[in-house]
Amino acid sequence: MILGANYALIALGITLIFAIMGVLNFAHGEMYVLGGFVTYYLYGRFGLNYFLALLASSATVAAVGLAFERLCFRRVLRITTREESTMLLAAGTALLLDSLSLVVFGEKQRGVPPVAPGVYHVFNAFVPAGRVLIFVLALGLIGAFLLFMQYTRPGRGLRAIAQDKEAAALMGVNLDRYRALGFAVGAALAGVAGGLLVTEFAVNAGAGTPISIKAFIMIMIGGAGVVSGAILGAVVLGFAEAVGYFFIPGSVTYLLILIGVIVFLVFRPQGIMGRPWG
Amino acid sequence: MKVLRAVVLVMIAGAVALTVPNGSVNAEQKVLKIGVLGVMSGPAASWGLVNRYCAETSAQLINEQGGWPIGGEKYRIEVASIDDRNDPKVSVAGAERLAYHDKIKYIIGPNVDTTAAAIVPVMEKAKAINIPYAFSKSLYTPPRSNSILGMIASYQAGPVIYKYLKTQKGVRSVSFIARNESDPLNQRTEGVAAAKALGLTVASSEDTYEPGTSDFTPVMSRVVRQNADLIVLSGVAPADETAQDAKILNEVASKAANGFISVGGASTPEIRSEYMDRFVQRYTKVAGEWNDEAGTKVYALEMILRTLSLAGPKAIADVDAFKKAIPLFQVQNPFLKEAKMLKFVGAAYFSQPRQIGVPMVVNVFEDGKFRTLFIGSVE
Repeated sequence: MILGANYALIALGITLIFAIMGVLNFAHGEMYVLGGFVTYYLYGRFGLNYFLALLASSATVAAVGLAFERLCFRRVLRITTREESTMLLAAGTALLLDSLSLVVFGEKQRGVPPVAPGVYHVFNAFVPAGRVLIFVLALGLIGAFLLFMQYTRPGRGLRAIAQDKEAAALMGVNLDRYRALGFAVGAALAGVAGGLLVTEFAVNAGAGTPISIKAFIMIMIGGAGVVSGAILGAVVLGFAEAVGYFFIPGSVTYLLILIGVIVFLVFRPQGIMGRPWG
Repeated sequence: MKVLRAVVLVMIAGAVALTVPNGSVNAEQKVLKIGVLGVMSGPAASWGLVNRYCAETSAQLINEQGGWPIGGEKYRIEVASIDDRNDPKVSVAGAERLAYHDKIKYIIGPNVDTTAAAIVPVMEKAKAINIPYAFSKSLYTPPRSNSILGMIASYQAGPVIYKYLKTQKGVRSVSFIARNESDPLNQRTEGVAAAKALGLTVASSEDTYEPGTSDFTPVMSRVVRQNADLIVLSGVAPADETAQDAKILNEVASKAANGFISVGGASTPEIRSEYMDRFVQRYTKVAGEWNDEAGTKVYALEMILRTLSLAGPKAIADVDAFKKAIPLFQVQNPFLKEAKMLKFVGAAYFSQPRQIGVPMVVNVFEDGKFRTLFIGSVE
C-alpha cells in the first residue's frame, strides 16, 4: 500500500498531462528527480522546514513544467497534428533535464536526514515511521488532487478538456490557459513525489528514466489519461513489486511483471479503466 | 579614428595573450593526449566521471609544474573524454574516435565487462593500451595484452576481506546480493566460490535487483531474513544504490551505515601523502566535491606517465615499448604516507603483469567517516 500510494502520485501527474494534451511526458521521471534535489538542498543541506521544502519542490517543478508547456509544447501542438512530434519533443526535454541534472547536481547519490525517525512494530511487520509519513502525505495529496479535479472550476475545466477539447472550447474553456495549468499541476505532482521519496530512497541524476518507465507501466495498466486508472495501476504495480520481491528472487519479479503487462495489454490494450475508443 | 584602431589592436593583443597559457614556453611545448572512455551519464555516471575528474585533476597539477618529463623533454598533458553511456556500441565508436581520430595511444576506461570487451579489437588493431575497470580475467590474460586492470578485482579483495572478518570478527555465514548485470553477477559467482573455499556458510546468493532500483526495502528484506553475519553487495554502482563515498553514506544512512566495508585506494586522510592531499584539494575544485572512489582512480594516469618516463619517448607512439617497460616499472607509491612500492601486478591471476598495483585499502564506515581497517595487496 505504501509503495502503491507513492507510485500513484507519480502516475497521476503523467496521466493528467496525457489526458489534457495527448502528450506522453517522457520527462516525468526527470521532473521527479528535480523535485528530489530541491528538497535535498533546501531541507537536507540548508535546514529549511521539510514541508516548506516540499512546497518549494512542487513549485519549482511546476514552474519548469509551465515553461516547457509555454515555450515548447504549445507551439508544437499548434503547428502539427502528428503525435510523434510531441513525443520527440517530450523525449528531448527528458534528455535535456537529465543532462542538466548531471551537470548541476553532480553524479552522486543524495539523501536527507529522516523526517520521522523510528520504526513501528505493527502485528508481525516492522514499518519505518518515515514510510508511514510518506504514505499519509501521499494519500492526503491524492485526496486533495481528486477534490480539486472534482469540485473546483479549474478542475472541471481540465476534465472537460480531457473528455472533449472541442466541446470544452465551445463552452468557453480557454484551452491554452487550462493546458498550461494541467501541465504545471502534473509536473508539480512529480516534484512533490520526488520531494517525498527522497527521504526514503535518496535521489541521483540518473534516476529519472527508470521512474518514467514505471510511470508508463502504471498508466498502461490502469488506462492512460484516466485519473482513477492511474491510481489503480500504481496500486497494482506497488503490490506486484512488494509481493514479488518478498517471495521471488529480485530480477525474476520484474521479468514476471513485464510479461504480465504484455499479456494484459494484448487482451485489454486500453488498460483497466481506459476507454477502447481513446 | 587612429586612436580607436590602436585601442582595438591593444584589446585584441590582450585577448590573444590571455588565451595563450604560460606564454611562449607552452607555444612550443609538446602535447601528450590521454583518452578517458567510460560511462558518464545515467545511473552509473559516477564510475566514468570520477575517472575523468581524476585524469583532469592530475593533468592540471602536472601542467602547472611545466609538464611531464619523458626523455628529457616536458610534455603538456591533455585529456580527451568520451561518454560511452555503458553501451558497447557507443564504447567501440568512442574508442575508434580516440585511437584513430585523436591518435591517442593510452586510454583510461571503460568501466564494465561488456564495454571493456567490446573495445578489445579496436585497442589491438590501433595498437593502443587501455586501463579498464572491468574484472573479466580474459581481458588481461594472453593472448590479450593491451588492457591493464586499473583497480582491485572483487575476486582478489573478497577472499582477503572474508578471511579478515572470519578470523578477526567471527563471521561464519554470508549472503550475496547482486545488480542484475553481467559484471556484478560474475563478481557474485566468484565471491560465492571464495566464501565457500574459506569454509563460510553461504546463506543465500540468488537475490538480484534491476539497475535503476530506488526502493531496496523489498529486495533487501529477503536478504536480511537469511540472518547471515555478512551481506556482500556485488557490483554496486556508486551513484545508483549505495556508495564508496562517506558523505553519501552519512546522508543516506547516517549511523545505520556503521560497519559498511569498502575497498579504496588512498582515500582515508590517515594514510594519504602530501601529494595525495594536494590531489584531493584540486579534485574538489575540478569536480565540485571530493569522491572517495577517486582514491582508487587516481592511479591510472600517473601509472601511464611514469611508465612512459621509464620506457622513453618511443613509447608515446609505440605501445610495445610501453609493454616492455611494464615488468621493470617500480616506484614508491606517491599517494601513500607509508613507504610502499607501486608496480604492475596480476601475474598470478592473468599470467602476465596487467594490473595496476593499487594498494588494497580496506575501509570501514564509522560515525560519518571511513577508517582504514588494513592495507593489503593483490600479491
